[in-house]
Amino acid sequence: MKAIAKLALGTALGLALFAGSASAQNVKIGLVAKSLGNGFFEAANKGAQEAAKELGGVEVIYTGPTSTTAEGQIEVINALIAQRVDAIAISANDPDAVVPALKRAAQRGIKVISWDSAVGKDGRIVHLNPSSNELIGNMCLKLAASHLPDGKGDFAILSATSTSTNQNTWIAEMKKQLPKYPGLNLVTTVYGDDLADKSYREAQGLLKSHPNVKVIVAPTTVGVLAASQVVKDAGKIGQVYVTGLGLPSEMAGAVHSGATKEFAIWNPIDLGYTATQIAYRLVKKETEGKPGSEINVGRMGKIKIGDNGEAAMADPFVYNKGNVDEFAKIF
Amino acid sequence: MSRILKYRELLLVAIIVVLIAVFSYRAPGFASPESLANIFNDTSILMILALGQMAVILTRSIDLSVAANLSFTGMAIAMMNAAFPQIPLPLLIAVAMSIGALLGAINGFMVWKIGIPSIVATLGTLTIYRGMAFVLSGGAWVNQTQMTPSFLNTPRMSVLGLPLLGWMAILVIAIISLVFTRTVFGRALYATGGNPTAALYAGIDVGRTRFFAFVLSGALAGLCGYLWVSRYAVAYVDIAAGFELDTVAACVIGGISTLGGIGSVGGAILGALFLGVIKNALPVINISPFWQMAISGFVIIVAVLFNARQEKRKGRLILRDAVKHQPALTETPAEGAAA
Repeated sequence: MKAIAKLALGTALGLALFAGSASAQNVKIGLVAKSLGNGFFEAANKGAQEAAKELGGVEVIYTGPTSTTAEGQIEVINALIAQRVDAIAISANDPDAVVPALKRAAQRGIKVISWDSAVGKDGRIVHLNPSSNELIGNMCLKLAASHLPDGKGDFAILSATSTSTNQNTWIAEMKKQLPKYPGLNLVTTVYGDDLADKSYREAQGLLKSHPNVKVIVAPTTVGVLAASQVVKDAGKIGQVYVTGLGLPSEMAGAVHSGATKEFAIWNPIDLGYTATQIAYRLVKKETEGKPGSEINVGRMGKIKIGDNGEAAMADPFVYNKGNVDEFAKIF
Repeated sequence: MSRILKYRELLLVAIIVVLIAVFSYRAPGFASPESLANIFNDTSILMILALGQMAVILTRSIDLSVAANLSFTGMAIAMMNAAFPQIPLPLLIAVAMSIGALLGAINGFMVWKIGIPSIVATLGTLTIYRGMAFVLSGGAWVNQTQMTPSFLNTPRMSVLGLPLLGWMAILVIAIISLVFTRTVFGRALYATGGNPTAALYAGIDVGRTRFFAFVLSGALAGLCGYLWVSRYAVAYVDIAAGFELDTVAACVIGGISTLGGIGSVGGAILGALFLGVIKNALPVINISPFWQMAISGFVIIVAVLFNARQEKRKGRLILRDAVKHQPALTETPAEGAAA
């Protein structure tokens, strides 16, 4: 509902600009989220607006569907094409389904990049990864080890659905890098389907059937929250720790209760900022985004475009009792 | 009739006991008192919702909007608690139940006054209520740190080894079973679903009874909205997604006839507990997650098969009665032919 209102407003705005065509020199960048109302993307928008202000003469149109569907995003892309934006930066709900719509945009001279969740190679010039899968896997292990005495002991993974692509990639990376952490032992992987009640029961089951597990790693917010709640309800704070990937505002309670000491997530503000910077440089023809080239991205320095036009930011950012409240206010 | 109903519930009790025995063989400690209390506590919300669903199903209707109602009221009172932490908890719960009852009344009104089939009406409101939760919150989450400690911890307070959440379920079960068996409204529910025409002749307003069944289901969903949010300490639009199907499944397993008029409170509770035992067992018996969904579906179908056989027997009983009466009138040896 909100999206429709926004779209209507956006279209009206676009028409008005088209009719006036006075502000044609303003660079218009469409920032497309997976869905509206998600704290992560709201924060990315904050970063994008920051970049727009810094660059000057840039208008960021933040939009997206109400639910995480590819069909919704295609409608949003078509609306952006009609608004004659100069660039589209998208976090895709489906790597392939949005490609035809994005190709149509590219034919009209719109520079397309993807960020956070990738689009197939044909559909975009550059993809900006929030971090690399390798770095994320390593970070999860590092967090698990830091919660264990001497970094040695048993841990288990609580994932989302057993078919989730990014979850499975991260878990595979964790398994691959496990030998780097001698003494760290992965006992099992369970799936909570990103449902609060199922994740809760799975975490409860873990504590029962694997009493040696001292750390639960959940690379998904719903999972990490549910597991923290289980540890708290079972009165095992200080004996079992929960860590993983989550947003500071959602995780603050778990950190204060002591169920979680630290957790990580890439900084979405930096991500939105960098995506906007890259889109702007492409529109201004400062770069062509060819693999091997480097793009200047303002306060984030320079970013290198790797194979397949993919670029990666940095290590996920670690949050703990000291800084979680400060970031919880933002996202 | 009551003998068959009792038999059916005993059968369900037996199935649940066997399941627990099998599971505790694979996962020692599954049958311990704490573990069982834990399962009961975990199933509380499903039991309360199943009772509301049962009232609706008894009147030959169905309420698919219970989970969406839960999500909306949960979100509404979580936001209320975050914005005005000074509001006392009992008042918040009353507000939750009122909002839920209001949403239920919208369903009931459409079924009663406009005459839309309940499955269509509640399928529509299922999307509308979730959409409203989205509009209300703007998609943002209400997190643990925003809610007050009393809001979060009251259902966790342990009394005699069982958290208040479980006691709440017991209280609701007691009230509902009194209402269903001892009040005019309760009997009207059964009459409406059993034979609407006869109910009308007996002076029961069928539409009005349906309306109040939806209001009851809505009010209980509102109560569960609070219980859910406090249990998982977070409110977001997608909470309890798909949970309406669990409530229908609990009723069907418990022997509440989808044709209306047949079923007992005990059946609905046992149906919910049956699902609760399976849900709590799957994580601890070390079965691959890829198998879990298939297994729980299979077990549900087996349980429903038992019920289907029960209903078939009821049909045969009527036939036999008819045959018995026939020879008295015609004096032909029809009995032997029929057998």
